[in-house]
Amino acid sequence: MTATDTHRAIDAVWRIESPRLIAGLARIVRDIGAAEDLAQDALVAALEQWPESGIPRNPGAWLMGTAKHRAIDLLRRKTMLERKHGELGYELESQQRDAAPDLDASLDDDVGDDLLRLVFTACHPVLSTEARVALTLRLLGGLTTDEIARAYLVSEPTIAQRIVRAKRTLAEKQVPFDVPRGTERAVRLSSVLEVIYLIFNEGYSATAGDDLMRPALCEDALRLARILAELAPQESEVHGLAALLEIQASRSRARVGPSGEPIVLFDQNRALWDRLLIRRGLAALERAEALGGPRGPYALQAAITACHARARTPDGTDWNRIVSLYDELARLIPSPVVELNRAVAVSMAHGPQAGLEIVEELTEEPSLRRYHLLPTVRGDLLAKLGRTDEARAEFERAASLTRNARERELLLQRARKSEV
Amino acid sequence: MRYMSLYKPGKESDAPPTAEEIATMGRLIDEMTKAGVLIATDGLQSSKKGARVKISNGTFTVTDGPFTETKELVAGFAILNASSKEEAIELTKRFLSVVGEGECEVRAMHEAPALAS
Repeated sequence: MTATDTHRAIDAVWRIESPRLIAGLARIVRDIGAAEDLAQDALVAALEQWPESGIPRNPGAWLMGTAKHRAIDLLRRKTMLERKHGELGYELESQQRDAAPDLDASLDDDVGDDLLRLVFTACHPVLSTEARVALTLRLLGGLTTDEIARAYLVSEPTIAQRIVRAKRTLAEKQVPFDVPRGTERAVRLSSVLEVIYLIFNEGYSATAGDDLMRPALCEDALRLARILAELAPQESEVHGLAALLEIQASRSRARVGPSGEPIVLFDQNRALWDRLLIRRGLAALERAEALGGPRGPYALQAAITACHARARTPDGTDWNRIVSLYDELARLIPSPVVELNRAVAVSMAHGPQAGLEIVEELTEEPSLRRYHLLPTVRGDLLAKLGRTDEARAEFERAASLTRNARERELLLQRARKSEV
Repeated sequence: MRYMSLYKPGKESDAPPTAEEIATMGRLIDEMTKAGVLIATDGLQSSKKGARVKISNGTFTVTDGPFTETKELVAGFAILNASSKEEAIELTKRFLSVVGEGECEVRAMHEAPALAS
């Protein structure tokens, strides 16, 4: 094995092991910034030693062992320093005594709880959404700052800064490394789900750049959702999110044409849909529904996506069911975007005029003023009603609003088609 | 990227796995599922119950199992979601550590044009 091969193998080990490593260390040192530094130090040690010694049989245990020693040193130094300052000397000393067996236990303990703490901390509402996304990809996805920067088409220093600041904020605000309980849990969980969904969506419908999709981000988000589904199996919305992402991802290869142009759901070749992911998605949805209780927004959206996944042809779509699911979703989280989607479903179930009536209600909506899908849908319904001039104007307007180059092309094409 | 890891034990045994082997494999599958990397996996029954179907010059030949040349026989597979070939290799090593014997062929799967990152 050459040095480059070893480095690549170490990268792979890091990707697999770093979340558990950081989570375990964070429980010990109670600071995810310090935990990540310790894990990084262990990685540096591996990079120094493994090219010579070869990769150990159990690389995760090696990294944890190395980091553990450094964690003990860190706690000792901290205790010495605090004692020098005459603060809480005794208390910290006893804490350190307690910490030592804790360190050993951490290797054997179920790491699930630590990982769950790490998820909740990285997605803490005290952080900006951007910071939560970067920190989650870094700490739980095992991505390097460079990989995150490339995925988001920003410079590496920008991401590095974002992560440094996020860790500082968590330390300054003394955010506990814990799993929230009681009423707080629901709010905090929705922040976690939102972060994963945002990552997926950025990969699935890139808001900027020339490519319609950035598949690596979709895969990262899917992986995070799958991890979370096992970490918090009692939360039906977690399975709902996993189901939604699995089913959406199942269409990846059907939703982009040979020259990179987007293909809408109804024009997709359903034979290209990934049956394995659909099966996983439907299974996740079943898990969500089996937990009972009222359906949350992700489970509802997954149920809608599942209706499409189950239909072998567009004609086989159960539009009435989709309309009723959208009705439920609109009651649960009323929003103009949900309403727009409901309009599409209604138009399929009851004709374009019925859909258009809902859309017309939305044209004054301030939050949709710059949302390209509003004129896209309106144009589509107008075209179906034979109102071609109005349709063309809508498609042109939609093209001027989208930031995605591929999508813009498609919309301009539809505008041109409306002329004939 | 998705990778398929094809397991070839190098020999064929009719003995069912022991309770301990089942438990160890169960733990590994559980761990990999929790890590979000295992998409699908399954084992194959003895080649006695299988067949080889060939076409040559437009003519089919069907040969029933068991097959004598056992070295290349596939006994199971795993579909892994890995960010690199190296990661797929690393995950495969974990599987092989548990089974203790044999080899795996790790192959990148075809993805959609858009998914070929």
